[in-house]
Amino acid sequence: MSSAEWQLVGFSLRMALASLLLVLPPGLALAWWLAKFNWPGKTILETLVTLPLVLPPVVTGLVLLELFGRHGPIGGWLHHTLGLDVVFTWRAVVLALAAMSLPLLVRAARTAFEEVDGKYEQLARTLGAGEWRVFFTITLPLARRGILAGILLAFARSLGEFGATIMVAGNIPGQTMTLPLAIYQAVQADDDTHAWLLAGISALIAFAAVFTSEKLLGRRK
Amino acid sequence: MIRLTSFTRRGLPWLCALALAHGGALATAATINVYAAASLTDALQKLAATYQGQSGDTLVFNFAASGVLARQIEAGAPADLLFFADEAHADTLEQQGLLLSGTRRDVLGNSLVIITPPDQAVMTSPAALTNAVYQHVALGDVKTVPCGAYAKTYLTQQGLWPAVAPKVVPFDNVRAVLAAVETGNVDAGLVYATDARVSHRVKVAYAVAPGAGPKIAYPLAVLKAAPEPAAAQRFAAFLQSDAATTVFKHYGFLVPPPPAAP
Repeated sequence: MSSAEWQLVGFSLRMALASLLLVLPPGLALAWWLAKFNWPGKTILETLVTLPLVLPPVVTGLVLLELFGRHGPIGGWLHHTLGLDVVFTWRAVVLALAAMSLPLLVRAARTAFEEVDGKYEQLARTLGAGEWRVFFTITLPLARRGILAGILLAFARSLGEFGATIMVAGNIPGQTMTLPLAIYQAVQADDDTHAWLLAGISALIAFAAVFTSEKLLGRRK
Repeated sequence: MIRLTSFTRRGLPWLCALALAHGGALATAATINVYAAASLTDALQKLAATYQGQSGDTLVFNFAASGVLARQIEAGAPADLLFFADEAHADTLEQQGLLLSGTRRDVLGNSLVIITPPDQAVMTSPAALTNAVYQHVALGDVKTVPCGAYAKTYLTQQGLWPAVAPKVVPFDNVRAVLAAVETGNVDAGLVYATDARVSHRVKVAYAVAPGAGPKIAYPLAVLKAAPEPAAAQRFAAFLQSDAATTVFKHYGFLVPPPPAAP
């Protein structure tokens, strides 16, 4: 593997990691909220959260492009007030990966939170623990395996993301090109050797992530 | 059950008639698969309407970057006719013996323009692209999109490539470059003069004179493995007729292609 390929792998891993850090706080909060509370119209929110999982990724990309484009409602604001461009930069890569991996994280974490026996949380409350403390000392530790599995799945999904990324971030070598985009580019440019090498690397990383995730879930049974 | 019976009684004969009519039409006329450069989209669709009426043949277009089309043809795509925006990708196919010998012709020429969103200033020279105002410059992918390769050649000739390269956002085909400039998500782009002409949402900031840039020629050829070689040759002849030339010129193509730059 050449240094350019290492750089590509490093960049893809960094982008996936950044998107994970971006979705983790809101994702866990959302999962916890969905797991522990019921309110009218909850199904609508559940559906919205899952939508990026079933919509064609290019649709998610299209929505992000509209919102974060230089003349879009959010992108325009960022451009004018902070001088920050999102589309066709690495920020757009993180954004696309985050949008596409959020549902996986939320679904896994939600199931994990639901499986935490409410008795322990209630017990902690009767002993005087506040809600934050209950969450961080009881709920989160008890749900950690499911959450970790969700994190790994979300991470693996990020590494494989293509459709939304190419829409909103383009395919700029060294700036927004991730592993799947590089494979696409190599195939387009009739460079199959390179494409297969990158495909092999992707398969290895994906295998490692899913394998670990399965291990974590399996041990709980 | 009632609904189904009613459908069988009323709907089915109609469906059968429709299927027969459709099958009948297919049996007498050919379906020609044309793999054409994205920049030809509007002109060929316009010509197709005329030609389909005249000949009874059906034209099916696959518009994409010539490099992408070449790749598909190599992989065995059922193409009858290719109409590329560069010689290089046609050469690749010819060297592999995939073209029907004696059918390749350079039919059209084109020229490059630098486009920007309408609110940007006109450029006095392409060197303006190095200005910090232009953060993102859209180009066709230099490996697969002829327009991108021409743009790189031109900017290299002008000594601007090292400064512009870091700003480049590559796209899958020339129309994607046009669309990116239309939305204002990039600050400038290099497309063909003919692409700029079909859009009202971009401004030609600088036009490269046809002699000043790389030679841009559009080769047309019938594929050796064409399912409909005779029909493809008839359509190829039509594309070189006076009637077609008028349409191509209307869209801004250069007929015949200009000679190479000195």
